[in-house]
Amino acid sequence: MSGNTANKIEIKNFNFYYGNKHVIKDLNLSIRANQITSIFGPANSGATTLLRAMNRLSDLEPSTRSTGQILIDGQDINDPKVNVTDLRRKVGKVFEIPAPLPLSIYDNVTYGLKFLPGKKKQEILDTMEWALKTAALWDEVKDRLHDPALGLSGGQQQRLCVARVLALKPEVIIIDRSCSGLDPISTSKIEESLIKLKKDFTVIISPHNIAQASRVSDRIAFILMGELVEENEALQILKFPKDQRTSDFITGRFG
Amino acid sequence: MIKLTARTSERIAKVFILSIAVLIMGILIWIIGDILLNGIPHINFSFLSQMPRNMGREGGIFPTIVGTLMLTVLAILIAVPFGVGAAYYLAEYTKGGIVTRIIRFGAESLAGIPSIVYGIFGVLLFVEILGLGFSIISGALTVSIMILPTIIRTSEEALLAVPKIYRDASFSLGATKWQTIRCAVTPTAIRGIVNGVILGVGRCVAETAAVMLTMGGNVLAVPSSISSSGRTMAVHFYILAQEGVMQNAYTTAAILIILIFIINIGTNAVIDQFISKRTKGAR
Ligand SMILES: Nc1ncnc2c1ncn2[C@@H]1O[C@H](COP(=O)(O)OP(=O)(O)OP(=O)(O)O)[C@@H](O)[C@H]1O
Ligand SMILES: [Mg+2]
Repeated sequence: MSGNTANKIEIKNFNFYYGNKHVIKDLNLSIRANQITSIFGPANSGATTLLRAMNRLSDLEPSTRSTGQILIDGQDINDPKVNVTDLRRKVGKVFEIPAPLPLSIYDNVTYGLKFLPGKKKQEILDTMEWALKTAALWDEVKDRLHDPALGLSGGQQQRLCVARVLALKPEVIIIDRSCSGLDPISTSKIEESLIKLKKDFTVIISPHNIAQASRVSDRIAFILMGELVEENEALQILKFPKDQRTSDFITGRFG
Repeated sequence: MIKLTARTSERIAKVFILSIAVLIMGILIWIIGDILLNGIPHINFSFLSQMPRNMGREGGIFPTIVGTLMLTVLAILIAVPFGVGAAYYLAEYTKGGIVTRIIRFGAESLAGIPSIVYGIFGVLLFVEILGLGFSIISGALTVSIMILPTIIRTSEEALLAVPKIYRDASFSLGATKWQTIRCAVTPTAIRGIVNGVILGVGRCVAETAAVMLTMGGNVLAVPSSISSSGRTMAVHFYILAQEGVMQNAYTTAAILIILIFIINIGTNAVIDQFISKRTKGAR
């Protein structure tokens, strides 16, 4: 679709284990810059696990283990040279369930910024406003920035989490189960901002249904039980899947 | 055998639980009510501000108020850094290893020891070996050890109850472990931690045996420093009651109860005002 076909992320022979449970199986996948890639499959396919590995949040989980490589701009993220907090700023993540911190709206959006040295107050305020506008939340919260974030509706909380990630100006934005349980208005607002965002960011989502995958994705990677079944342009996957398992899933025969 | 339907057995259980609740509340209200009814009419400014005369049979309780405040403030200042620090260590930095289990077991054992034993320990260690004498500081050190387990346990529980998703969110926004603890975990857990401290304050204010042994409760002068002897209200109450000076004992007890109420309500108001305003709705 897009002219820019540079690969931002390369996943090579990647395996992930929770204890002895082999959850991601020898997965190879390239993710292109400035596109929206959906990682998609039936429940428990391993999407969340894969997405958590991309900014090494999986490090926090005890007794997990991985083999293979995840390269971002050619750099292996598990290389000991890599500074993990820098990596997490570069690869922002929105979680499956909205997870605003129990702080004010303002403190949530500026949370990551306050750990960066040498940020001026005005710069922080500008970034916050930009992030909230881009996440389509500014108009709803601009008069109550110091109210508790947990007082927002579920859809607003999810957009707040997007804003909080944007404020760090990451290069990659990962949104897990982007709109599950959200009202249609919030969903379409998030989807609109995703489409705007891909000009400047690489976006990876795990959509919550096929309709959403088809609305926003440029490319779709279909995974099943931790294995990549196929990856292609969204239209190809949805209309002309090559693998029987993909078409079974899309036509609703399982999952 | 009679077979009860689900509804009947539910009803019986309900009545049973309700009557236990009513019984307990009744006893509590009776005790507190008795003390307050007998005590409050006799509370006045001169009782609060005057020196006791005739071994507390006449006059006021001013020195024991000072003694109580000094003991409590000191004990809290000593116990909170250690207790809260230990809780952070247990909850955030150990992964359930042998050290954790030893500390946890130690803290739990400490919680079960009768206070008189702490008193004797305090006399040996602080009064004699460390040469601090029968003094407010000896009492405060002793009581601080007593309240340590409570503070550790409540703080640790508060920290462990912080949802994992908050930590994940903080880390994924580029915070380090320490920044995560400071900015995401602590604001969420602070109410529980403060509750542990309040329980500790209550224990300091109310403790008798350990304090009487280590603080040298015979002295009825206003303590001039932390190495003076002194008497707390609780000790004073105990001695008066023992000697049958019931009216002043009741009045002292009523003041104690009111003080504990004020501390509880006051601290919660302070938390609401300053800490929880923005964290409202957490958990
Ligand atoms: N912390 C964990 N410990 C052990 N097993 C786990 C853990 N997290 C996930 N798993 C297992 O790994 C597999 C993949 O889970 P994961 O959450 O990555 O899948 P998913 O595709 O995101 O699922 P969903 O569609 O429910 O979001 C599942 O079988 C799950 O039970
Ligand atoms: Mg998932």
